[in-house]
Amino acid sequence: MSFLQLSNVTKFYGSTCAVSDMNLTVEKGEFVSLLGPSGCGKTTTLQMVAGFEAVSSGSVELDGRDITHAKANTRGLGIVFQTYALFPHMTVADNVSFGLEMRKMPKAERSERVKQALALVHLEALAERYPRELSGGQRQRVALARALVIEPPVLLLDEPLSNLDAKLREEMQFELRKIQRKVGTTTVMVTHDQSEAMSISDRVVVMEGGCATQIDNPHSVYEHPRTRSISTFVGKANLLTGHVVAGGAKTRVNLGSIEVDVDDAGFRHGTLVLLSVRPEKLQLREAGQGRLDGMVRERFFLGSQWLYTVNTALGELSVLSPNDGRPALDEGHLAGIDWPTHCTRLLPADEPALHSVEPA
Amino acid sequence: MSASKATPWWLSGPALVLFTALLLVPLLLTTVLSFNAYDPATGVKAGEFTLEHYAHVFTDDYYYGIFWRTFWISGLVTLICVAVGAPEAYILSRMGKPWRSILLLVVLAPLLVSVVVRAFGWSMLLGPEGLVNSGLKLVGLRPVRMLYTEVAVVVALAHVMLPFMVIPVWTSLQKLDPGVENAALSLRASPFTTLRRIVLPQVLPGILSGSLIVFGLSASAFAIPGLLGGRRLKMVATVVYDEYLHELNWPLGAAIALTLLVANLVVMLSYNRLVEGRYKKSLG
Repeated sequence: MSFLQLSNVTKFYGSTCAVSDMNLTVEKGEFVSLLGPSGCGKTTTLQMVAGFEAVSSGSVELDGRDITHAKANTRGLGIVFQTYALFPHMTVADNVSFGLEMRKMPKAERSERVKQALALVHLEALAERYPRELSGGQRQRVALARALVIEPPVLLLDEPLSNLDAKLREEMQFELRKIQRKVGTTTVMVTHDQSEAMSISDRVVVMEGGCATQIDNPHSVYEHPRTRSISTFVGKANLLTGHVVAGGAKTRVNLGSIEVDVDDAGFRHGTLVLLSVRPEKLQLREAGQGRLDGMVRERFFLGSQWLYTVNTALGELSVLSPNDGRPALDEGHLAGIDWPTHCTRLLPADEPALHSVEPA
Repeated sequence: MSASKATPWWLSGPALVLFTALLLVPLLLTTVLSFNAYDPATGVKAGEFTLEHYAHVFTDDYYYGIFWRTFWISGLVTLICVAVGAPEAYILSRMGKPWRSILLLVVLAPLLVSVVVRAFGWSMLLGPEGLVNSGLKLVGLRPVRMLYTEVAVVVALAHVMLPFMVIPVWTSLQKLDPGVENAALSLRASPFTTLRRIVLPQVLPGILSGSLIVFGLSASAFAIPGLLGGRRLKMVATVVYDEYLHELNWPLGAAIALTLLVANLVVMLSYNRLVEGRYKKSLG
């Protein structure tokens, strides 16, 4: 029995559909991310689970209890808001204590729990400060402590890291995961940042236009994107058009100047397809030693990697090479490009109807 | 460098001139006037100074009564404005698109009509043959005397002053993070507790400045008590008017006016001190 279950959850604003037929099951202790560009309905979905937005149709179940129409203040969920929404007129300790106070917990026990929660986020020393005296990262931790102190069945995170600068964001990302592992709270996070979603979630729900287009573990979402837009939204991808010349267990695709084998099965002869291959899967060789040749048009130094743009007979390809100490290729250099067969994916050339996708 | 040093003075110059000419100079002249000796036969004696007028104000029960009435009416009007204006601003801020602007305009509309016109409007409503009394007669009740009583003054002042409460509260509500109410709800607070513990403390600065404006303006209001209080129900501003234009005792009028100014300042500053201390630390 799943812990949090969304069945055919739909949200209409007037006649516009913000979320359509969303199905999602979250197991106890799981960390699930809703990932998608802005306006894809991910925040609306979270708001419906939280009880701040009414569900137009469908149902939300928590631990076997139907909470579809329960009031927000009876659900008892822990929520971290994008703006943190700390109470500015209360100290850090009072902020964290508020939820316990509402549960009528005796004062002594309350202050003990507040202390533990602040220790969890390493803020014991700032208990008597006011929110405006804290940095962004510290406010974020207070918000997390406030949501966790009530020991909620589910923790909802609404873009929790988007207001932090890049360095802090990365730190908090792992911190967040560490804390979540420690307390074991079932967590649903909304984010538009694919690296954030992949690095800390057990499963990722990719959303587009109000629908979940793929629900999978981060590795599968990255390596086996179901649609063209997922393959380009989650990481970068080189997309090459071609048509299937031989179907079966393996598929042979004609890309124009060359024919390649792909592991994916189930494509019929003559189907128009897109071959997707990630830039870091492409390997640069001596000219003539790869599957095709190309000329380095541009190169960018990214620190740990080199990003090359290579002109080939199949079009422009992005290639990411690790900066492993070997000298980089100059612009204008002729190079061969190769890739392992198992690193390529076939996608139907036309986007499939979004509604046909079933949750994994 | 010297030019950039002078720039702030040039920029604030027009405002300074206006402020000095229209406020400081008249205030100073009034102060001087309040110490001038006065002879009922010959009028103000320039160059001859006395404390007689202040002594007169501070020893006569008649003036105590008027000051007391002025301040309790202003206090009551302030209370009514807080009780009506703060919830009104909150409800307005939660309203949907077209209604919010329309109703905000309705709240502010009284400011567009002259106080005198509004006072006459109220006297028509509250008079012996007015709409309210006609209504009472219609349902078989005895008519009530309202015009030329404190009731009329309080009701009309509250109506005039309401926008001055709604606007500052509205402004502080705009600064409220919309997430905080949801945050409180998610922590199991009831909507009422959310309002009391989360929203109210954050709009306190708005309520404070609103009540200072309302109290100050009410205590020095002239047209409303003049027109709705009648000849017998006097407030300080109407007494000052009488001294100047009926008794022609300008120095006594000036002394009363300055006493009102100082008393008003004392009340407002101590109120400000009292309330501000409660949120100064947290809200900055």
